[in-house]
Amino acid sequence: MRTRTLLYCAAGLCAAAVPLTGIYPVFVMTLLCFAIFACSFNLLLGFGGMLSFGHAAFFGTAAYTTGWLVAAHHCGPGTAIAGGVLAAAALGLGVGGLAIRRQGIYLAMVTLALAQLVYFVCLEAPFTGGENGLQGVARGALFGVLPLQSDTVMYYLVLGLFAAVLVAIMRIVHSPFGQVLGAIRENESRAISLGYDVQRYKLLAFVLSAALAGLGGALKTLVLGFATLSDVSQSVSGEVILMTLLGGIGTFFGPVLGAGIVVTLQEYLSEVVGGWVTVVIGAIFVACVLAFRRGIVGTMLRARRVRSSQ
Amino acid sequence: MNKGKKALVALLAAVAMAGSRAAPAAEPDVVIGDIDDLSGNYADVMGAGGVEAIKMAVADFGGTVLGRRISVLVTDHQNKPDVGASKFREWSDQSGLNMLIGGSNSGVSIAMAKVAAAKKVPFFSIGAGGSSLTNEDCTAYTVHYVYDTTALANGTATQIVADGGKTWFYLTADYAFGTQLQNAAAKVVEAHGGKNLGAVRAPLGAADFSSFLLQAQASGAKVLGLANAGGDFSNALKSANEFGITKTMQPAALLAFITNIHGLGLQTAQGLYLTTAWYWDTDDATRAFAKRYFAKMHAEPTMDQAGAYSATLNYLAAVTAVATTDADKVMTQLKHTKIDDMFTQGGYIRADGVMVHKMFVMRVKTPQESKYPWDYYKLVKVIGGEEAFGPITGACPIAPK
Amino acid sequence: MTEIFGIPVAVILGQLMLGLVNGAFYAMLSLGLAVIFGLMGVVNFAHGAFYALGSFAALVGVQQFGIGYWPALVLAPLAVGLLGMLIERLWLRRLYGLDPLYGLLLTFGVALLLEGILQQVFGASGQSYPVPDLLQGAVNLGFMFLPRYRAWVIVASLAVCFGTWFLIERTRLGARLRAARENAPLLQAFGVNVPLLLTMTYGGGVALAALAGVLAAPVILVSPQMGSSLVTVVFAVVVIGGMGSILGAIVSGLLLGLIEGLTKVVYPEASNIVVFVIMAFVLLVRPAGLFGRE
Repeated sequence: MRTRTLLYCAAGLCAAAVPLTGIYPVFVMTLLCFAIFACSFNLLLGFGGMLSFGHAAFFGTAAYTTGWLVAAHHCGPGTAIAGGVLAAAALGLGVGGLAIRRQGIYLAMVTLALAQLVYFVCLEAPFTGGENGLQGVARGALFGVLPLQSDTVMYYLVLGLFAAVLVAIMRIVHSPFGQVLGAIRENESRAISLGYDVQRYKLLAFVLSAALAGLGGALKTLVLGFATLSDVSQSVSGEVILMTLLGGIGTFFGPVLGAGIVVTLQEYLSEVVGGWVTVVIGAIFVACVLAFRRGIVGTMLRARRVRSSQ
Repeated sequence: MNKGKKALVALLAAVAMAGSRAAPAAEPDVVIGDIDDLSGNYADVMGAGGVEAIKMAVADFGGTVLGRRISVLVTDHQNKPDVGASKFREWSDQSGLNMLIGGSNSGVSIAMAKVAAAKKVPFFSIGAGGSSLTNEDCTAYTVHYVYDTTALANGTATQIVADGGKTWFYLTADYAFGTQLQNAAAKVVEAHGGKNLGAVRAPLGAADFSSFLLQAQASGAKVLGLANAGGDFSNALKSANEFGITKTMQPAALLAFITNIHGLGLQTAQGLYLTTAWYWDTDDATRAFAKRYFAKMHAEPTMDQAGAYSATLNYLAAVTAVATTDADKVMTQLKHTKIDDMFTQGGYIRADGVMVHKMFVMRVKTPQESKYPWDYYKLVKVIGGEEAFGPITGACPIAPK
Repeated sequence: MTEIFGIPVAVILGQLMLGLVNGAFYAMLSLGLAVIFGLMGVVNFAHGAFYALGSFAALVGVQQFGIGYWPALVLAPLAVGLLGMLIERLWLRRLYGLDPLYGLLLTFGVALLLEGILQQVFGASGQSYPVPDLLQGAVNLGFMFLPRYRAWVIVASLAVCFGTWFLIERTRLGARLRAARENAPLLQAFGVNVPLLLTMTYGGGVALAALAGVLAAPVILVSPQMGSSLVTVVFAVVVIGGMGSILGAIVSGLLLGLIEGLTKVVYPEASNIVVFVIMAFVLLVRPAGLFGRE
């Protein structure tokens, strides 16, 4: 127990010290936004048992909403982020409502097609800027008081929110709601026979996951200053699946690790191998699905469990 | 727990190594960046050839400027504004970027122009066409070097209307570039007594243009204005041939590069009018450059690739002239120098960022007229820079009318 | 010119004709997907990649080996089918006992891999494939010029679709395949080599995709991304038709091509999303799909 708390403190200190080292804060912030995104996806898949193949729809919708609120309506960052999260949650309600009518692969197919719908809407809608996206989104001042232009200040905001997301997910999973969700994941018919309204639980899981994904997207817009069609694209949906798979589905830190690895790979691999990045990512994906389904953290946890049981 | 700790430390170390950069040396390099489409729709137009052209320019300049080594950074923006803008920001924050070239894709270039203004880094926009880069989206650091949608319309549309093509219907790529090109052409058509009968917008990278083309045909217009580029242009033209539309409508290639013509083949492309800033077979200087380029890339250079070569050399010359890489001083110098080289003669950079230079209206040869590989164009007309790029519109805040 | 709701009949008929051509492609591709899903329970996300691979195989055939269009119609699907069988045997087979989600994820990864490799080898810009001499030129239908080649596409796809349907629903081989889906161990006990059957089914479904690719090559530019944009629409078509139903896939594919064509006349911006809107509607009203059995 104490080792774990020590570990968390050490990690927290390292994370807080990042702006003092030479590391590029924008890179780490982007990483954290995607880590939030991956955690939200993991909430739905690892804990809720539902594979969403179009999770970028929530990420991107929030990204666009936040960007639009700042650029067209001059909202402060607090309002803009809240707006983005709400938009994503609303979309989660809609998509989830349709998707949970089916299960398993069918559910995945439905989310895929609905995400494609969202993509085309974002392409055509007048306020999204189509192929150009929304550019030049200013960070503004948080609650009118704290200016976010400085990368260091913004970093601490993002870090704080990231930590809050992790805590939130832990609380959700260990709460009664989370327990029931887990029961539904394990054996849905039994949960129904026990009298639980499984559809409501699944829908709530969808909305929560969408809202958190939206938080990641909203923050990303403020960090980088733009929202584009990439944010709602099929490839981002695929990337988040890879991040979670690589890190470990159903673990807490797996998606964070997975996000870290994938974002870092994409950043530095594209400089080294250029276009082969997609091939490498595809190969890692295939390798993970075939031989490494527990992901890094999952494998580590299993190894520890095996050792401690000996 | 040991394994967990190790993993965490390993991750942090990896992030640290990945994110940090080497401490700056005593005499930092002069860093030129190229962010372009290296793998997508526009990869043949600039792409790897553009990188090669830049490197040729650096080598021809001597490899150093002001006693400092010149280094070239390259990355693929994959036609995504976020990738281009992020990389640009990162290079200027972390790698001491002094100048950026490239950006085929108007959407990406608009995003990068904003970064150029924020970070005060000269940005030579070579591949993108959108005129808004020197109007609503202009900055003090953007130079729109090779061509823009205004020049294309003034060249090709004027020629076709003069030839008798009075009624136009547009097939437009549904993004910034396509829209701006369509608007520019429509203005020219009306100004010369023609009529615009309508337009249909096709998504960028559409797989099949047949339904859009049928709509075009139903309009009864005499000219099919193709306000798109790259693969879209080639695809649309192919389909138009297939459906017999080219029997009743004349296709107008509002933007075509020599690589498109090479890909389509003269059988399909013959007779097309197009406007270009540069052609490899114009004179001895262009042929000499083209020969060196061909030896490396096995294709003749497009106007973009030649433009990248010229832009790099002119930038380095400006830096030498003011003895500093300070962006404001270099930009002032650039806007006061004439561009006289293999790429163009008598060119100059205007207050709004346009590099005003002459443009050529060409006609694609028939297979019989073409005598050797890549002998594709015959010159129809030379248009002066002011006529091609039009007057300053006043839409750019730093360049009032 | 006669008009319906203010739109000339000629325009409507022209778009419907094109819609029929698109529908033929949708039908062939959804057929392959439905075969693989209906008989193996695997959602083949790589279907679009194999479609692209079929096109490229034909392209390489004509550019490097001088193999013309007609031989390519047979050879390309054969080659791609063999690759498919290899992938099934080496990779897909390992995931049979697990949650079907893993099969989907694997094929997703395979799609990334294949498309990435195609992009690196051939570049991202499209290349053209020549229309075969026999099918050059167009037929004047009065309301439009229909290229002969597109008429051929409609005929060929319908023939292939009907042939496949017949094979699966009316022959002994098809019966065995359907039995394998229902109760594989029992079938194995009867002496049928079920693993081989599954491998060949995957190969067959993939070969259908590749055949669609060869048929498509003269029509659209051959590019590595040609499959990925198409595959999402095809998935929606399969969901509408009913995921395991062969007939459902064919009929929905054709129908949706026609509906898409009509939408292009009436409300062009929506033509991209009309398939997904219909899918959402079908899911609300009849979740099993139009011809689905569950």
